[in-house]
Amino acid sequence: MAENKDYKVIGTRPIRHDGVDKVTGRAIYGADFQITGLLHGRVLRSPHAHARILSIDTSRAEALDGVKGIVTADDLPTAEDKMADLGEGAVSLKYLCDNILASDKALYRGHAIAAVAATSPHIAEEACQLIDVEYEVLTPVMEVRQAMESDAPLLHENLKTSSLGETSEESSNVASHIQHKKGDIEKGFAEADIVIEREFVTGTVHQGYIEPHNATAHYNQDGHLTVWCSTQGAFTVREQLAEILQYPISKIKVVPLEIGGGFGGKINVYVKPVAALLAKQTGKPVKVLMNRADVFEGTGPTPASFITVKMGATKDGKITAAQTSMAFEAGAYPGSPVGAGAMCIFAPYNIDNVLIDGYDVVVNKPKSAPYRAPGATNAAFGSETVVDELAEKLNIDPLELRVMNGAKEGDHRADGPVYPRIGFIETLEAAKEHPHYSSENGKKHHGRGIASGFWFNIGLESSVTINVNPDGTINLVEGSTDIGGTRASIAMQAAEVLGIPAESVNPSVVDTNSVGYTAVTGGSRTTFATGYAAYEAAQDVKRQMIERAAKLWDVDEENVQFADGEFSSINGKEEQISFRDLSGKLSETGGPVVGRATVDPPGAGGAFATHVVDVAVDVETGKVEILRYTATQDAGKAIHPSYVEGQIQGGVVQGIGWALNEEYIYNEEGTMTNASFLDYRMPTCLDLPMIDAVIVEVPNPGHPYGVRGVGEVPIVPPPAAIANAIYDAIGIRMEELPMSPDRLLKALGKI
Amino acid sequence: MSKKSHVQTTINGESVEFLCEPRQSLLEVLRDELHLTGAKEGCNNGNCGACSVILDGRLVNACLVLGVEIEGKSVETIEGLADPDKLHPIQDAFLENAALQCGICTPGFIMSAKSLLDNNPNPTEHEVRYWLAGNLCRCTGYDKIVRAVLDAAEATQ
Repeated sequence: MAENKDYKVIGTRPIRHDGVDKVTGRAIYGADFQITGLLHGRVLRSPHAHARILSIDTSRAEALDGVKGIVTADDLPTAEDKMADLGEGAVSLKYLCDNILASDKALYRGHAIAAVAATSPHIAEEACQLIDVEYEVLTPVMEVRQAMESDAPLLHENLKTSSLGETSEESSNVASHIQHKKGDIEKGFAEADIVIEREFVTGTVHQGYIEPHNATAHYNQDGHLTVWCSTQGAFTVREQLAEILQYPISKIKVVPLEIGGGFGGKINVYVKPVAALLAKQTGKPVKVLMNRADVFEGTGPTPASFITVKMGATKDGKITAAQTSMAFEAGAYPGSPVGAGAMCIFAPYNIDNVLIDGYDVVVNKPKSAPYRAPGATNAAFGSETVVDELAEKLNIDPLELRVMNGAKEGDHRADGPVYPRIGFIETLEAAKEHPHYSSENGKKHHGRGIASGFWFNIGLESSVTINVNPDGTINLVEGSTDIGGTRASIAMQAAEVLGIPAESVNPSVVDTNSVGYTAVTGGSRTTFATGYAAYEAAQDVKRQMIERAAKLWDVDEENVQFADGEFSSINGKEEQISFRDLSGKLSETGGPVVGRATVDPPGAGGAFATHVVDVAVDVETGKVEILRYTATQDAGKAIHPSYVEGQIQGGVVQGIGWALNEEYIYNEEGTMTNASFLDYRMPTCLDLPMIDAVIVEVPNPGHPYGVRGVGEVPIVPPPAAIANAIYDAIGIRMEELPMSPDRLLKALGKI
Repeated sequence: MSKKSHVQTTINGESVEFLCEPRQSLLEVLRDELHLTGAKEGCNNGNCGACSVILDGRLVNACLVLGVEIEGKSVETIEGLADPDKLHPIQDAFLENAALQCGICTPGFIMSAKSLLDNNPNPTEHEVRYWLAGNLCRCTGYDKIVRAVLDAAEATQ
């Protein structure tokens, strides 16, 4: 398995199968969906960051002409205090439901309070303004360190801290404390000649997908609920709806339409259950669309964090100890990605003595949602900045220090796993050999920085069905929504097995009634796991086609071989038939051939990346310009290199935005003051140079073609790499994100 | 609710009539009244460019134009760009360069690029970046989009 050999389809760059629909405007995204009799829904949101809801009076809204239905938390089934199983870990059902429609308290500005269905979106919006809500405004808790204080106002009166298996008696905003230990941390620091300890702060940032959340729901008279929507996972939507609505999963069909970006933010449901409640009440299909401010104020950002990092090394560059304490803002309900951050923070290095503490802390901000390598970017900003400082103090090239301590096969991470074959060192070598690293960079206020990153990637369940057509093409049915070209990367793996061109595969992403269970498009799993299922389903097709050839030639199956798209007989008869021609003979040899596979592959294989960036700092304005950017990454095996490059380039640019200017800016009342694209200001093409993506291929032993997930790790190194470049340019260590002009000017002592 | 107005206009070369409320934007009219859903709503306040269309030769955000304003004017949308049997060279260039991931911003970028090349058939990389700065893409990092537009310029020379 996983030999790096020549392939016919894999590694080529075919036009993606859904490409024409997407460049002609024909592709149907969630908001584009139309159905007869449609009503339009709108959600009323809390204007307060922290308030008790005393009463909700909908009578004035109900009286407005065109209003057909109004729902509040009272319309949700009573959420008992039980845990809901969502396939990827249990969550409190009460928290899940309260985030859909607030029952007793509004816990963040933008928290959904009520929703209206009306004959037009404008009427629904007007009606929302006519709903009278009486609030008792409470003091908001807006920052993780403040929330951890013992006298901080509590978001949840009953939330206890779960710490290393124990539950606290006192209520607290700290939902949990986790810890990973390896070796003896005291001994490790004692062995060090140099110890550096720093504190880091990162801001709240949003995934920033261009398509707002949406859902259209309809209940048939027979009780079947259909939801058309954009989502990263139709099956997780089905699970969440079943739990929130307390409705049988067999009566829910989720139809995933095209999705306009997600990055982790379109896994949790928001308006989907609301659309369902309104549809049930009105008896008509209801479409609920968020606007951009709703998306910023009401959906998962990724958490702000406070991180301390302490690392020690010997004079000759061996890192002997690494310690961190990471406090992440979960938002209004427990569940920040601090656990993932804890797994990733020192993962690139083989360090004998490690101590990692993580805290999941609730604050009055939207419930956090995953964002591309969730937690790892916050973590790497701290650790990779300290590694850079170690290299500087030890007078060792920062790439060299990473090579000296870099993790390899057989090393074990502080949280337990032992690495299979990984490609971290190869990413460092690729960066070192790249002309960028040896180029001139000596101008005043210009600097170069490097940083590395890790993301563990996930496997999980995927299902694929393949139907063979009489002309030798195949229809591939899958359940992974396609956010970035995965129809192509999955189809190519089936095509490789069957010796047919990528263009001979028609991939379809279908609804939850039409394919086996498939986990979310997330965790960099889709090309790996659903691709693995496509590989296995194609193997199933191949086995059945060999049976057909054997039947046709009246030979034993063992006497049929398949290579380069041709079946041939061995031992005696000299028969040969192409996959295409045999496909035309299925009727006469026993009927249609359908291949199927379900997988839950364990060997996702970790992804590593190393980035090199050149910046120019304008010391008058504090603006940092990205002059040149090179990102090396181990992709295992790049199925479609263009889309692997695209993942790297896109991740880098999200990381640049996070590094330099993206953040939620709150006022004292806990209101986000920049809830628009104009003021939140994600990078535009004018802010950037070309991003040089260098694909390194160290095949993953856990996948037949050596695939590793590629989507997430490229966002991890940029903030640290840029901070290190800024230090190189102006001699100042930036320890707070974003490194926006005002923070630069403060650091320079100019304001 | 105000009375609906009757509007007569030209969309993608075809004469079109519709009724709309004075408060409805061109984007709403295109999407909800005329079912031309290629123009997307990303922000509804002119910040993202996902609804870019060309109005009487000028690039606009459809969300910032009222439906009633297009009376007697001519609108080009993504739906009118390709021939029945052949894509427009910009569309081809986007596919060949893998210049899209989720694709939600793609119609807007393509219309924006069309407007650029209509005005400046041979742009530099900087001119492409300057012109497209009103269109947000969160997936690609823009690298392949800029290359696609430069390729399309070369293909249409």
